[in-house]
Amino acid sequence: MKLREIRDLLDAELITGDANLDKEIKYVNAADLISDVLAYSTGPGALLITGIIHPQVIYAANTMDLGAILFVRGKRPNEATLQLAIENQVPLLTTRYIMFETCGRLYQLGMRACIEKVKNVRG
Amino acid sequence: MSGAENNIHLHEMFHIAGGNFTNAGSISSQVKKILKEAGFSSRVIRRTSIATFEAEMNVICYASRGNLSLFITPDFLKIVVEDEGIGIPDVDLAMQEGYSTASERIHELGFGAGMGLSNIKNNTDGMILTSKFGQGTHLEFLISLEGEDKSVPLLNAGG
Repeated sequence: MKLREIRDLLDAELITGDANLDKEIKYVNAADLISDVLAYSTGPGALLITGIIHPQVIYAANTMDLGAILFVRGKRPNEATLQLAIENQVPLLTTRYIMFETCGRLYQLGMRACIEKVKNVRG
Repeated sequence: MSGAENNIHLHEMFHIAGGNFTNAGSISSQVKKILKEAGFSSRVIRRTSIATFEAEMNVICYASRGNLSLFITPDFLKIVVEDEGIGIPDVDLAMQEGYSTASERIHELGFGAGMGLSNIKNNTDGMILTSKFGQGTHLEFLISLEGEDKSVPLLNAGG
């Protein structure tokens, strides 16, 4: 699915200026913990759906070679985080849909998770 | 010349300030940049930067200060992280996935899932963690370069 289609489907706004909206996104991870972002956003170019708007999420995106970040619940990062994303060429989008709706709408159109299930039960 | 004795082709050290969440992740980004410029495979770069990110976060979340060193040798990459801080009372327990002593503030920032050390273990080819409670923690991990393209210029420097 192209980033443009994701934006349109979720009535999202691209907040990092002139990103390549023709970028193809195949896999998605949704997480609100940085360690989960690092553990489960496998496969370069994945989309991260999150409510984390701190600069660390951009560093994590850089580490994982994420294709884009989509903030849910109408969240918007501050200027410093935005600049960091632009420097690292990570496209940022924001939607007013909540995480469940966001994931559900993408799933319905064929988008799939980077990892379906973890190996072990965690405490 | 002295580096040749140990076959270390690059050694970089970074200082980490405990509690400084604003720049958290910046050191792993710098490490990633060095490895990318050196020409390592994306698999090696990714594994090293995930483990480095988690190690950096641990110092920021739990210690007062620390240093992270990157060593590049022909056979492996080695990261050593030494910090001064509260240390870990029970290393075995801390290694368990999901175990965390993180404060509410750390959780609010999206950290403290208890996954950090196991993320490091899962992305490296050897890891040593020792700690003196009340003093600090010493963490080392290796990323094997087996199967890597040995034409990476850095690995041939000073051949």
